[in-house]
Parts: sequence; structure tokens; C-alpha cells
Amino acid sequence: MGATLEIRNLHVSINGTPILKGVNLTINQGETHALMGPNGSGKSTLAYALMGHPAYTVDAGQVIFDGEEVLELEADERSRLGLFLAFQYPVAVPGVSVANFLRSAINARRKSQNPEDQGISIPQFRKLLTQKMDLLGIDHKFAGRYLNEGFSGGEKKRNEILQLATLEPRVAILDETDSGLDIDALRIVADGVNKLKGPDLGILVITHYKRMLDYLQPQYIHLMMDGRIVESGGPELAEEVETAGYKPFFEKHGVEVTEE
Amino acid sequence: MSERLTSDEKALRHINDEYLTKYGFHDTEEFYSIKGEKGLSEEVVRWISALKGEPEWMTEFRVRAYHTFLGKSMPAWGADLSGIDFDDIRYFVRATDKQESSWDEVPSEIKDTFDKLGIPEAEQKFLSGVGAQYESEMVYHKVREDLEKKGVLFLDMDSGLREHPELVKEYFGTIIPPTDNKFAALNTAVWSGGSFIYVPPGVHIDLPLQAYFRINTENMGQFERTLIIVDEGAFVHYVEGCTAPVWKSDSLHSAVVEIIVKKGGRCRYTTIQNWSGNVYNLVTKRAVAYQNATMEWVDANLGSKVTMKYPAVYLMEPGAHGEVLSIAFAGSGQHQDAGGKIVHVAPNTTSRIISKSISKDDGRASYRGLLKVHEGAHGVRSNVVCDALLLNPESRSDTYPYIEVEENDVTIGHEASVSKVGEEQLFYLMSRGLSESEANTMVVNGFIEPLAKELPIEFSLELRRLIEIQLEGSVG
Ligand SMILES: Nc1ncnc2c1ncn2[C@@H]1O[C@H](COP(=O)(O)OP(=O)(O)OP(=O)(O)O)[C@@H](O)[C@H]1O
Ligand SMILES: [Mg+2]
Repeated sequence: MGATLEIRNLHVSINGTPILKGVNLTINQGETHALMGPNGSGKSTLAYALMGHPAYTVDAGQVIFDGEEVLELEADERSRLGLFLAFQYPVAVPGVSVANFLRSAINARRKSQNPEDQGISIPQFRKLLTQKMDLLGIDHKFAGRYLNEGFSGGEKKRNEILQLATLEPRVAILDETDSGLDIDALRIVADGVNKLKGPDLGILVITHYKRMLDYLQPQYIHLMMDGRIVESGGPELAEEVETAGYKPFFEKHGVEVTEE
Repeated sequence: MSERLTSDEKALRHINDEYLTKYGFHDTEEFYSIKGEKGLSEEVVRWISALKGEPEWMTEFRVRAYHTFLGKSMPAWGADLSGIDFDDIRYFVRATDKQESSWDEVPSEIKDTFDKLGIPEAEQKFLSGVGAQYESEMVYHKVREDLEKKGVLFLDMDSGLREHPELVKEYFGTIIPPTDNKFAALNTAVWSGGSFIYVPPGVHIDLPLQAYFRINTENMGQFERTLIIVDEGAFVHYVEGCTAPVWKSDSLHSAVVEIIVKKGGRCRYTTIQNWSGNVYNLVTKRAVAYQNATMEWVDANLGSKVTMKYPAVYLMEPGAHGEVLSIAFAGSGQHQDAGGKIVHVAPNTTSRIISKSISKDDGRASYRGLLKVHEGAHGVRSNVVCDALLLNPESRSDTYPYIEVEENDVTIGHEASVSKVGEEQLFYLMSRGLSESEANTMVVNGFIEPLAKELPIEFSLELRRLIEIQLEGSVG
């Protein structure tokens, strides 16, 4: 039986401003879900709150993953439990190479399972990393570059997926991994994610573009507006959004449109 | 006063006969031990010189420097030096006394760090000044033989003066005269130990010369004096210090390092120092580089209560290049006032200064740098970068970049940044499973990486490990 990520009535605020106003969502390992919604509706906020960003205050609600109370854990513990977030805007860490970073991340996970663990050997790690880079069509030179420093938008996104591939989480949230990618890069990244898909990986993909959904074929589509999931459905929901935009949904759910 | 001095002088010159009988000491032992007390006077200066059997010019040089020291005021800028009590310092301690200090006196934090670094106990004792000679003496002899074949001189400064007095006399105190600053004067008056190196024309020494190989009790004295002469087209990389914390019961370390790099020569001088938290570390380092010569200072400062150190390069002739790369880590209660000084005297000379400082808790790191271009020094190119990283809200960093340019056609770049270990960086790393302290260490190691990779590999690894130890379990 796979693990389940269960979000119940989640309320989150930033600096005292409520952003999420009662989110309910359940993702099982092996399923692919998509989260759509207008700019500023709270999609990234949900992603950060699930991963445990300290600036996001949980005011109410529960998140359970594989039977554990996620909200009581620090970000690193959530990660080691099997949650993963591919960031919409990954930050640079100058002077730390991609390879060094990934090896430390792998070792941190191994050590948490077994305090006696000596860490992955360098040849073994090199083999693993090469294999994952090949899977995603990433140049091997990439391993020696400093994490996200001077990366192009597309390189940042690929690097996030490289981390996903290497760390093998149980549930991964992809926050607009498709934005900023050119058409070929999008195909490569989406193909890469598809290769990782399987009974052991649950995915929540946040996107504005149907093209990404065409590649990933999620079974479930959710629509977020003003901090709530207002509709959930199958692939047809994405079609509706694509043709009619969000306006009919705003009207239907009585959400005020606050465009600046 | 002068009368008394004269009689002392006379006596000291015949230290082995007259002096003892004249003053009624029963044996040499007693004479020595009576003088090994705290405080400084001309008598003490003469006594140190006499004890070493130095030539007269050196004795007089010391005495003049002592008077210069008295006449100089303390630096009014930089760090707070009010805790230094010149009367409470022992200016010369013989090796035999040093060994009397007890291993039990060494603070437990220092012993802990030794253990974490995996340093064997014999070496730990040596580093704490309580051990006698260390096994690496053997290794050193081997190195020294190889060097001798090439005509390289590599001695402690006292032996250098004894065995090569003309060479020492020609250069000693010419790069850093006693009048330069109060502490240079003090060092000149009471110096002991340090290294003397001469590399003949065209000789390349491939392996770094490590002061470490030459470890003896004199070596890590309080007032070391180092003189390095790199002759035309020669190359040497000299490495001093080690990352293990050096416990000193003496609270003042004031060294002077003078370097001459002749035409087409290159010298790299790497320092890693990690003094215990009671030490005032006030060091004057200066090099002159002649035509097409290169001088590089790589300087990593950890520990100490106060460090003031600004390695300098004077670019004397066209084509000379100077570099200062410095890393400073200021922990709680520490003030690292470090930086570099480059003086472009000649045209078409180039330089760079890169400084990286890290402040933790209420630690304070200051960058102080001078870039000077003399009139007539056309076509100078220089780049100065100083980056500071603050680990805690109460950490502090200051920059004092002085740039004095007396020519128009020069290219000078200057960048400074102050950053904090960002919440976003920590969150990003933690979201991949690194603990908060692992994430912190990773950001800090990344910050120093561009300079750490300039260090010999074992030093670079030790430096990282040491920073890790400093950061462990104390995340802000
Ligand atoms: N750190 C912050 N401080 C203040 N407000 C914030 C912060 N982060 C997000 N917000 C606000 O929260 C709301 C939701 O933002 P969020 O980034 O979750 O939207 P999103 O659905 O991901 O939008 P997009 O599609 O543009 O990525 C927005 O109004 C945003 O301005
Ligand atoms: Mg977003």
C-alpha cells in the first residue's frame, strides 16, 4: 500500500495576511494531480506551506503523510519523510557545486535512516548522478557548476528535476516547472518526469499551461481560487479552463476578481 | 642612564666570562632565569640578544627599535587594543621553560577541537606548547637535504643570522623598518624564531615549504621574524601555521614577515592561523616585487581575540603583480581586522585583493584595505573584492576600503557585498533533507570556496572541517 498525503482544511497566512483559506486535497503515491488557478490564488503558498517554509504560518488544518503529522516537522524532516518541492524560483547557493550538494542531500537521508551510515561512496554517487543526468539530457559538466548560480531559467528547472530524480521522493510538488522552458526543454523535462512516474511517486504539478498536462496526463485536475480548491475533476476540467479562461469559474464560485 | 648602559653593554659582549662573575651569578642557569621575567626594558632587549650570541649590529638594531617602540603611540584606528599590558608580557621564554607548562592548563574546548580534527596526542601537546620536539623533525631533515642540493637556505631566523650574517644584514628590517609601526618596532627589539629562506636564481621549489616541517619550540614564538628572499626567476610557496587551534598562555603574538621577490620571481605565502581566544594577533607582513615578479599572500585567520593584519605588496618595477587573498572568521568575542595593502609604485603593474569574512554571534570582521597608485604609475590594473557574510543578527562587519590614485590611465575595479545566510537558501537546502546546521555550513563553505580552493588541499579540508566545528549546534 502506497503512502498518502492528506491535506485537511489548511489555513495559511503570511505576515498576518490569510492566503490559504481551507484547502482540502488528498494525493496517493502513484497518482498524478494538477493544480491550476490564476496568479496569486495561493498555489505556491500551498507548496511552500507543505514543505515547511518558516515564513508561512499555519493557522488551522492538518497535513498527514504516511500517518505522520507533517506540520510538526521541520523542512528537512519532511524531505527525509519523502516530500519534495521543485521550486518555482530556485535560489542560488554560490560556491556549492550541484554534485557536492546532491551528495550531501543523499547522505543526510541515509544518515537519518541509519546513524552509522558512512555515506554513499564517490564512485557509486558518480554513477548514480551520471545516470540521472543522462535520463534528463543534462550535460555532465553541469555537476561541477555552483548550485543555480548563473543558471538560465531552463537550467534551473532541469536542475530541480535532476534533484527529484536523484532523491527519489514519494510525493513531489512541481511548482511551474514548465514555465521558462523552451519547447524542446519542456519535452525533455516532461519526458524525464514521465520516466520517474510510477507506483512509487505521487505528483502534484502546478501549471498554467495545458501543454505540460498533455505530456504528464494527470488523472486529477484541481482549480484554486482565492486560497481554496473550488473545483476538482478529470482532464476535461483543464480543457474548460483552456477554452474559457478562469472568468466563468470566478462567477460560478462568487470569487472577487482582484486584478491590479 | 647612559653610564649604566655602557657598563651593561660591555659586560654583555663578554657574556661567557665577565658578566657572570661581575654580577655574582653562580651559574649561567641562574643568570638566565632571573631575566626571564615579565616586562620590557633595554636591559631585557640586550639580554635576549646576548643570550643568542648575536653580532653587535643586531644588538644595536634591537636597542634602537626598542626606543622607537617607546616613542610610538598605539594605533588609534582598527581594533581595541586596550587589553594589552606590555608590563605583563614575558618577552623571551627559553624552550626549557615552555615545556614546563602543563597539559592540564590547556582549555578543554581546545582539546575537544583537537579530538574532532583527529590530531594525535603528541602533536596536540606540541601545538599547545607543552610538548617537546615533534617527530616531523625527521621529515624536515630530509626536505632540508634536498633543498641544500639546490642551494636553498631554509633555517630558523636565529640560525639564519648565525650562519648567513651578511645576507641577513643586507635585508633585515629594510622592507619593514622598526619605525613602520609600534608593533613592528616591538618585534624588531625582541624577535625570536621565525624562518629565514633564500631561493637562488632560477630555482623552483615544487613542494610547499612548510614551517610545520621545522617544528621546534622556537618556531611558533610570540615575536617571530621571517625573511624570505626569492632571487631572479625563482619560485617558492611557503606555508605557515595550521588549522588546529594554537593555545598560548602568552596573550600577544606580534610577528614581522619581510619578503623580497626579485625580477621574474614568484612567491606565494600561505598562512592559516587559529589562535586561542585570549590572543592579540598583530602582524606586519610586507613584500616588495621587482620587474615581472609575482607576490601572493593567502591569509586565513581564525580565532584570537583581536587580529590586525594587512599583508602588503609594493610593486616596484614594471610587470610586477601582487595579490592578497584573505579569509577571516570572527566568532563570539573576536574582532578580525584584516585586509590587504597594494602599492603600485611602477607603471604597468597589476594587482588583486579578495577578502572574504564571516562573522558569527557577536563576532566582528572588518575589511581594511589600501590600494595606492603612485604618480607616474601608468597603465595600472587592479581589482578589489570584499565580501562579508553575517551568520547572526548581532554579527558585525565593516569595510574600510581606501583607494588613493595619483594617475589617470588606470583601471580599478571595486566591489563589496554584505550578505546574510538567507532564509531562502537555508529553506532550499533543508527542503532536500539537510539539517539546519548542515545547510548553514554548506552556505558558509560555499562562500569561502573561491578562496579555500587556493589553499593546499589538506589545509582547505581542515579549514572546512574547522568551520564546521565552529558552526555545529549553534545556529542562529
Ligand atoms: N512572502 C510574501 N509576502 C507577502 N505576500 C505574499 C508572499 N508570498 C506570497 N504572497 C501573496 O500571497 C498570494 C498568493 O501567492 P502565491 O505565490 O501562492 O500565488 P500563486 O498562485 O503561486 O501565483 P502564480 O501563479 O503567480 O505563481 C499573493 O497575493 C502574493 O502576493
Ligand atoms: Mg506560484
